[in-house]
Amino acid sequence: MKLFKRLIPWILLVFAFFILPVMADKDLFGFSQFRLNLFGRYFSLAFVALGIDLIWGYTGLLSLGQGIFFSLGGYAIAMHLLLVTKNDFTTGANGLPKFFENYGVDQLPFFWEPFWSFLVSIAAIFIVPSIVAGLVGYLIFRNRIKGVYFSIITQASLMVFYHFFNGQQKLVNGTNGLKTSTTEIFGLQAGSDDAQLLFYRITLILLPFAFLLCKYLTSGRFGDSLIGIRDDEPRLRFSGFNPTPFKVIVFIVAGALAGVSGALYTVQSGIVSPQFMSISMSIEMVIWVAVGGRGTLVGPILGAVVVNYLRSLVSEALPEAWLFVQGALFVFVVVLMPDGIYGWFTKGGFRAMLAAFGLAKKTATYPKLDLDESAQSESASA
Amino acid sequence: MSQTILDLDDVSVSFDGFYALTDLSFSLRPGELRSIIGPNGAGKTTFLDVITGKVRPTKGDVTLRGKSIVGLSEQKISRLGVGRKFQTPRVWENLTVQRNLELTASPNKNPFALLTETLSDVVKDEVFKIMEYVGLAPYAKWQAGSLSHGQKQWLAISMLVAQSPDIILLDEPVAGLTDEETSKTADLIKSLAGEHTVVVIEHDMEFIRDLGAPVTVLHQGQKLTEGMLEEVKADPRVIEVYLGESDDD
Ligand SMILES: Nc1ncnc2c1ncn2[C@@H]1O[C@H](COP(=O)(O)OP(=O)(O)OP(=O)(O)O)[C@@H](O)[C@H]1O
Ligand SMILES: [Mg+2]
Repeated sequence: MKLFKRLIPWILLVFAFFILPVMADKDLFGFSQFRLNLFGRYFSLAFVALGIDLIWGYTGLLSLGQGIFFSLGGYAIAMHLLLVTKNDFTTGANGLPKFFENYGVDQLPFFWEPFWSFLVSIAAIFIVPSIVAGLVGYLIFRNRIKGVYFSIITQASLMVFYHFFNGQQKLVNGTNGLKTSTTEIFGLQAGSDDAQLLFYRITLILLPFAFLLCKYLTSGRFGDSLIGIRDDEPRLRFSGFNPTPFKVIVFIVAGALAGVSGALYTVQSGIVSPQFMSISMSIEMVIWVAVGGRGTLVGPILGAVVVNYLRSLVSEALPEAWLFVQGALFVFVVVLMPDGIYGWFTKGGFRAMLAAFGLAKKTATYPKLDLDESAQSESASA
Repeated sequence: MSQTILDLDDVSVSFDGFYALTDLSFSLRPGELRSIIGPNGAGKTTFLDVITGKVRPTKGDVTLRGKSIVGLSEQKISRLGVGRKFQTPRVWENLTVQRNLELTASPNKNPFALLTETLSDVVKDEVFKIMEYVGLAPYAKWQAGSLSHGQKQWLAISMLVAQSPDIILLDEPVAGLTDEETSKTADLIKSLAGEHTVVVIEHDMEFIRDLGAPVTVLHQGQKLTEGMLEEVKADPRVIEVYLGESDDD
């Protein structure tokens, strides 16, 4: 039973990888290519959520600036695609990406040059965000900035990046962003069904690796140190640990995951723009983690997929209602499920709910055995 | 100088003009066991804060093995061999008892070592022995947050033993413990002295007597007197300071 519980996420993953594309192909149960593509986007958002879980759920540092790293990853892949694609939609008369024409730019800005290379661009997707996260993180953490101040600084950094990208038409097309849907990759048009299916598959193949990386980081004494930082950082210092490198490392990994997330999201939504660095988007990322369950790793993936799926459904039915539903969902979860959906599920909330409706037998294991004095002395004498 | 391991030299600590410690001088010899008593607000905890790098002295110097440690970070001082138990037992509530101990017992405390190295069997055995000794072994897999107050005290002390610093500073180790647990703690502390230098801060006079160590009396941030418990208790100044406070005898 316990094993089965642990297998559920993997079973869902296998289902999503093999069955959903078939359903989309055959239009089964109203599932379409369009839906499949949307699910690809949801899964790509799970990467940034995993990173937030590391830095916030485990280490207790609430970053409101993950949109920076997300966008950097998106811009990295978009710049590559725009450079290497040669077609009428994408390429201007002077051979450069078309948007440059609008601003009379005929010399490629220097920082675009490395993005001719596929391998360099792929590396840049996670290395550029890592470097930025490393620098910002080092400055913040070395000065012992934490709590609300950390959140404010990350949000302020986000605003700096947002305004910079918004204002730089001649460098990155400003507000309009970079459109990837008409570019070509592996001989396919990036917006085509075939390419989208490929992106979907790549996303689902990479996701378990991201998950296992986070698992590796959180399961041993390194992970215990992160929890130590979250729960009582001074205590950790007095035990001889320097928290700064731990936090910097985790912030870098979270940044790298956000970069991958942004790249996968960009190719599946067809565009990257400074909107990815809006304040609200970074806050939404945090909401996915809170709703899914922080400090659980499975939770954030679940949260990213479920919340965004819900968002699509609500927006299709009642376009104006989503923000209210999202707010209500967040409040509901924070108040009633402090461990998120996944935490609620694994800690027996589902059973308890069934029991409350008379659908299952009440079990003695809930509420927590640990808190029961008599159980304590029993196991002590055992 | 080589006779002492830790020296406070004319140390004062002022919080916005309020002196929590005033011109305090204090020395410890290696392997020594020392008790510190004093009424509430005497500056006992501040005394530990200043040694462990939490608070910087306004004046004076703190030297460890002859070298000044003023201005060093908490973790540097800890790595030089100074360990501390806090007045309220501080443990990582969301980690299990065993993991609390294994974390502090880790010989190498940099992130890469913690990621790549597994804890040696020697250290694991050591952790297990400590848990057995203090009776926490049955709770090894319990979250520390679900322990009783007394068990948390024991865990906090055990974490220090696992860390095994040269100098062990204990702020009220038996507050909230039963008489039996208290006398067991006294035995544990006595067994630590010799190999470690131990400082114990307590209000519990029975316990202080049990330890049988020289006592330093602090009052209003100053050293009132030093000596064995019976001498100190006969000192009229000490009686006056404690007047009105219940004698825990
Ligand atoms: N950070 C601080 N800011 C201002 N005043 C402080 C600070 N820390 C301690 N004090 C004051 O310094 C004095 C000494 O405090 P300290 O905690 O060292 O006393 P103590 O001897 O440990 O008392 P107790 O037996 O109650 O634990 C007290 O008057 C306290 O209010
Ligand atoms: Mg105190």
